[in-house]
Amino acid sequence: MTALPGVVAVVLVTLATLAVGTQGLRLSRTTSDFFVASRSVRPGLNASAIGGEYLSAASFLGVAGLMLTFGAEMLWYPVGWTAGYLVLLVLVAAPLRRSGAYTLPDFAEARLGSRRVRAVCSTLVVAIGWLYLLPQFEGAALTLSAALGSPRWVGPVVVGAVVLVSVGSGGMRSITLTQAFQYWLKLTALLLPVAVLLVVWVGDRAVLPDGSGPGDAWSVPVAGGGATGLYTTYSLVLATFLGTMGLPHVVVRFYTNPDGGAARRTTLAVLALLGVFYLLPPVYAGLGRAYGAPEGGSATLVLDLPRLVLPGLGGEVLTGLVTAGAFAAFLSTSSGLAVAVAGVLAQDATPRRLSGVAGFRVATVVAVLVPLVATLVLPDFGVARAVGLAFAVAASTFCPLLVLGIWWPGLTPAGAVAGLAAGGLGSMAAVAWTLADDVSAGWVDTLLAQPAAWSVPLAVATMVGVSRATASTAPAHAGRFLVRLHTPETVPLDRG
Amino acid sequence: MTDPRPSRQPSSGQPPPRVRVTGPPRRAATRRTPAADIDEQTPLGGVYLGSLLRAQLGLAGRILLALGLTVGLLPLVFAVAPGLATLRVLGLPLSWVAVGGLSYPWLLVLGWVYVRRAERHERDFAALLGRGEGQDPP
Repeated sequence: MTALPGVVAVVLVTLATLAVGTQGLRLSRTTSDFFVASRSVRPGLNASAIGGEYLSAASFLGVAGLMLTFGAEMLWYPVGWTAGYLVLLVLVAAPLRRSGAYTLPDFAEARLGSRRVRAVCSTLVVAIGWLYLLPQFEGAALTLSAALGSPRWVGPVVVGAVVLVSVGSGGMRSITLTQAFQYWLKLTALLLPVAVLLVVWVGDRAVLPDGSGPGDAWSVPVAGGGATGLYTTYSLVLATFLGTMGLPHVVVRFYTNPDGGAARRTTLAVLALLGVFYLLPPVYAGLGRAYGAPEGGSATLVLDLPRLVLPGLGGEVLTGLVTAGAFAAFLSTSSGLAVAVAGVLAQDATPRRLSGVAGFRVATVVAVLVPLVATLVLPDFGVARAVGLAFAVAASTFCPLLVLGIWWPGLTPAGAVAGLAAGGLGSMAAVAWTLADDVSAGWVDTLLAQPAAWSVPLAVATMVGVSRATASTAPAHAGRFLVRLHTPETVPLDRG
Repeated sequence: MTDPRPSRQPSSGQPPPRVRVTGPPRRAATRRTPAADIDEQTPLGGVYLGSLLRAQLGLAGRILLALGLTVGLLPLVFAVAPGLATLRVLGLPLSWVAVGGLSYPWLLVLGWVYVRRAERHERDFAALLGRGEGQDPP
């Protein structure tokens, strides 16, 4: 095993990312107003950027390994991550764009006219962002250890440093082009090796991935354990279907669409791009099974498979390619999350004297360092698993807020705060319990390990109930706001 | 009414500037457009917007129902009949093909249907509001 392909891949991806970033920076500087320029991003480019930002370490590395170990029940992760965009499309895409909100706290404040709701939303954005950044850094640790044989801390530190440099130096302006580039890089890095490996597999006449034997749970797409397994699977489905719309780095992207109709077409293109990408991880899992990849080391299955199937120079080159894709996955998702978290910190949490670019830079350092240190201190808890918990928290908080805020004029500030608190505290307590206590046995642990199935209804019921009880405090402009959200742009309204 | 006789201005020999004489507008220029109705939230505007909201929410509900009754039922189906997982389609296990393969094009179809219908609702809504603007109702 040599470290050379990995080193070359990491260096090339870093250079390419910075190069595309500076190219985009020059483009965006030619326009007088950055935000106006952003609003003219075409659906195709914007969808690539969303895909590039969304396909994280969990998608690139995590799920293939989980499928190898646990089988078809893990298919629900990628299916849910894609279906989440369909739910987002039908419930929030166009109205969210028309609201003119740039972040989730912006939306909450505009809709409810309350600084208190804004503060709660900002706290939640930072919490979800950090919960989602943890597995990115953990994936970086795994990848660089596997590819370069480096100690565990090298990966998170390298990714953190590149994110700090590219975001802090003003690279966030060019992030659309960078992210779009990252999607196609990630797709190529997963598609090309698997195509070669499939050809090799046909030549080898290796056995089919065996999942047909009686009593073999590998091909049953439900978690084992009867009723608890069914609960776990459905709770995961609910968390991923509903959590996508509440992720901090997803919402920001919708603002760059020209109008509500373009927001819908962008989301449709995202569905296509994600669907193509997510066909590939199961193929890795199947090939891993056919070639007897060790289930113990499944976290790095995608990185190990090329050498396992194709020893020699070909395998080394392909290893370099998948390492490049994995590294791109950490960089793009971490950058998007760092920008989202830093934006909220800079707006709502930094002292007044640190305003503008200086404040944003300080916020970026905080946004990256906290999860970075946490990754180095906390033990491993699995990349896809931590991402799943971030989805559960997002589904229990921002999903009810967005859906009720967009479709129900009766939502009140008190109801929103109560619902966010109920869903947020409930799901986060469950997350903390699960991360602290790794033994899972019995219904209580099952309910806490996948909280979405009870925490989402709890949040919705609290939001509706408290809003009904405080109906007199519903914001006076709620009706007018809903008019803005749902009226197509072709109708001349006073949109000031 | 302006007096048309020039003799009222004896100091200058020039005729006075012409003044256009008009009656009060026959049609009320301030007649409300439906767009103004929804903008200002009159009861009529509420009816207009309510119809759009119901149409869009009903459409979203139908799409989500279609999602729930297909992809959403798969875990239950495989939990009730685990034997299905042993079936093979083109040499691949049925569960992998159904969940990990066919789900994605189906999601795309649902999204495509939604976008087409939602845009049609909005066009109909804009046409409904546009009827009153700049022209008389029939």
